Amino acid sequence: MTGIYIHVPFCLRKCPYCDFYSRSYSHELAESYVSAAKRSISAYSGMGITADTVYFGGGTPSLLTPGQLSEILDSVSDTVTLCSPEITLEANPSSISSEKLCGWRSAGVNRLSIGFQSADDAQLGFLGRLHDTDRACRAVLDASAAGFDNISCDLMIGLKGQDSGSLDRTIDRMLSLPVSHLSAYMLKIEQGTAFDTDEVRSSVPDDDTVSDMYLQLCGRMSAAGYEHYEISNWAKNGRRSRHNMKYWTLEPYIGIGPAAHSDLGGKRFYCPADITQFIDSKVQKTVQEDDHPDRTREYVMLGLRLSDGITREKLSQLGGKDFADSVFSKAAPLVKNGLMTISGDRAALTEQGFLLSNAVILHLLG
Amino acid sequence: MADITGKENIRNFCIIAHIDHGKSTLADRILELTDTVALRDMEDQLLDNMDIERERGITIKARAVRLRYHADDGNDYIFNLIDTPGHVDFNYEVSRSLAACEGAVLIVDASQGIEAQTLANTYLAIEHDLEVLPVVNKIDLPSADPERVCNEIENVIGIPALDAPRISAKAGTNIKEVLERIITDIPAPKGDDSKPLRALIFDSYYDQYKGVIIYVRVMDGCLKAGDVIRLMATDAEFQTVEVGYMGATDLVPIGELHAGEVGYIAASIKYIGDTQVGDTVTLAERPCDEPLPGYKKVNPMVYSGIYPADGAKYPDLRDALDKLVLNDASLSFEPETSAALGFGFRCGFLGLLHMEIIQERLEREYNLDLITTAPSVIYKVNLTDGTTVMIDNPSNYPDPALIASAEEPMVKADIYTPPEFVGSIMELCQDRRGSFKNMEYLDENRVDLHYELPLNEIVYDFFDALKSRTKGYASFDYEMLGYQTSKLVKLDIMLNGDVVDALSFIVHTDKAYARGRKICERLKDNIPRQMFEVPIQAAIGGKIIARETVKAMRKDVLAKCYGGDITRKKKLLEKQKEGKKRMRQLGTVEVPQEAFMSVLKLDED
Repeated sequence: MTGIYIHVPFCLRKCPYCDFYSRSYSHELAESYVSAAKRSISAYSGMGITADTVYFGGGTPSLLTPGQLSEILDSVSDTVTLCSPEITLEANPSSISSEKLCGWRSAGVNRLSIGFQSADDAQLGFLGRLHDTDRACRAVLDASAAGFDNISCDLMIGLKGQDSGSLDRTIDRMLSLPVSHLSAYMLKIEQGTAFDTDEVRSSVPDDDTVSDMYLQLCGRMSAAGYEHYEISNWAKNGRRSRHNMKYWTLEPYIGIGPAAHSDLGGKRFYCPADITQFIDSKVQKTVQEDDHPDRTREYVMLGLRLSDGITREKLSQLGGKDFADSVFSKAAPLVKNGLMTISGDRAALTEQGFLLSNAVILHLLG
Repeated sequence: MADITGKENIRNFCIIAHIDHGKSTLADRILELTDTVALRDMEDQLLDNMDIERERGITIKARAVRLRYHADDGNDYIFNLIDTPGHVDFNYEVSRSLAACEGAVLIVDASQGIEAQTLANTYLAIEHDLEVLPVVNKIDLPSADPERVCNEIENVIGIPALDAPRISAKAGTNIKEVLERIITDIPAPKGDDSKPLRALIFDSYYDQYKGVIIYVRVMDGCLKAGDVIRLMATDAEFQTVEVGYMGATDLVPIGELHAGEVGYIAASIKYIGDTQVGDTVTLAERPCDEPLPGYKKVNPMVYSGIYPADGAKYPDLRDALDKLVLNDASLSFEPETSAALGFGFRCGFLGLLHMEIIQERLEREYNLDLITTAPSVIYKVNLTDGTTVMIDNPSNYPDPALIASAEEPMVKADIYTPPEFVGSIMELCQDRRGSFKNMEYLDENRVDLHYELPLNEIVYDFFDALKSRTKGYASFDYEMLGYQTSKLVKLDIMLNGDVVDALSFIVHTDKAYARGRKICERLKDNIPRQMFEVPIQAAIGGKIIARETVKAMRKDVLAKCYGGDITRKKKLLEKQKEGKKRMRQLGTVEVPQEAFMSVLKLDED
């Protein structure tokens, strides 16, 4: 089944580490955006699409009013057949209120992804976040009180001043909250962002320290009963992100909004990162990115992000038996090094292996 | 250019000098003064037409050019100027140029005086019975002392020099005096037009339109287009398509080449191997009785393995070497296989500079990425069964249990230096296992040091070390002395427990530990962290003498990979895969080209 991703490209303030496409928020911009999004969604009607996930990402989708969310979701359900959908909204603690939470719920949102990031106010300041720790905790508790039982938090590793002790405190704080899912990202300084300076680079923990903290987090989450199902994602009680799983299992998805990517009908394409063009177009213009995606390579590259890993059967199906044999024979020595596990038909990376996933994937595909 | 008949109006000469004494600059000035090159074609150091030559300020290949000069006596003369390399590695090239000349202009720097290669090249010229015309250059320098230098030439070399032209090639001062002295001092060529053709091949190169172009000095007889020539070494025959002379920028066809002249022959020769430098060209119809003496074959002194960084480029490397050897008969090569590096070639060079230049030409002119192994000299190993083997490749070094004794080649080195650097040079030579022979003062400012040194101690970086210890003032030349018994061991380098054959080398026992440690350090700095820890070990026989470790890579991960990241990530993988092509997979370890190169220059810190 298809997933629908809706990119909401505006923020109150741009975070210095973020390289996602976004512009400054204004009420008028949001209004025009919503109309354009609805038009672009409707363009997919009559194609017999069935979807089971909708994901509002950004940007800051929590800047949308419950009414605007409703309008967009209505046009989704008018266009495609929705099948007990998981509907996720990314939300910043600073734009969460009890009132909005109730509105989002009645609009149909049933999963929240909250930008918690850290339980250390100095680290939050470093990230340029508008909230502090207490605010973030309150946001999670409020969401739970409003009836959300599928709440994800984002954390970051590799922040200035972060060490094993402060990471432990952040984890403690987060685990004390009703959180069923965690996404934890190692800070990557992206080109062209405000963080892209030597000063920032030299102020953050080095790779070895970051790796240690990542493994520390892995240990803590496992002890707390969370499944480490993807390099940067943990879930409790089977609450994996159904939407994000589509990216890693080569399921189709439709991206709506500037800079949103789609993989549909065997082709990858995207909408240019230009909100003005998006708003002015009758239907979003798309650019072909890959007419003939190499699904075999994608399967290895994406499948190995998951603890589920890749299977010999699926590899043979996609790339032939010789290819599957070659991948598995290259994987075998990595089991000895503790980077991979092979059990039966299935090969997967260990947590140590996750840290080296680029090198391992290259090795297996090279 | 109108024909000037009569051998008495021809002068064939070369210019010899120590490196940087101004040979190519003088050649340029002569070209200008004889209007050989239109000013718009004038580039600095015109004769050095390889990029590497211009950049390094040295001449690698001999070049020849014909000039016309209107002399003070009212007559027009033809000058055939043959440029020669100055460096010791290229004595062979010098020698083939000399055989085509009657005289040599010897340039000596007015402030530096005689240097090692001044002597080496002058003695070669005298051996070839050339008339040597000394010229003192760079008189415009504040430190110039032409009188002292003239005395030095008389005293050290033993040729009259008091009336030597004092010139500045750079400023163009007194160049005309040199040209006039060429006419009066250097004899016109001899030779008989009516005799059967005898022409000496002194150079050749491949032209993609005309085939092999042969540069010849006609000793006797005449040659014109249409004549069938015979190359006496192989008895191969070809119909001449074109003959002519070497203009400064182009070949200029003429009707006929006569005895005493220098020119070229194009005869649609397809294969390099058909033309040997030093061979004699004669006519098939009317051959001469005996070939000219030719050249003594030069033997390579330094060997190294050359491999394409990308194994798939092996055929390209072979083609490139095939072409290079046409221009450089002193280069030798044969296929070699390394467990670590795959297919490549074992190449023999005249010396280290020669080796560097060949590598650079392969990389630049043929666009190849190369991995070269440590240079090796030829060791003589006497086995317990009484036989002797010559080893130019450490991989073939016999099992120590089978070795009765080993010998290494020695050289006799001449080092010219201002006296203040003597201490530092002696230290260097001692460190290189040299034995001091004697020391002569040429004058109060210059000393000639004589040492015997193992060749394997100078093939690495002796010249660079000498230059840096003497602020560039010392000069150096060497000749082979023969073999001497030595305590040698083969040092192996292991990565992750496996011996890497391409990194093995032969070394004197006393130096093995230091060298092994240094190589391990260098490799550690140049091998990127891998998915697992990589031990680097140096071993003699089975005994580990040094160890370093490349720590395992900790983190190489894309934390976020959602819808928009997938294509980007795929492109990144492709790019990394390209990057991997420059790496060599040695067992489980990936080793970049730089790691192989880093062990070649161990004394640079």
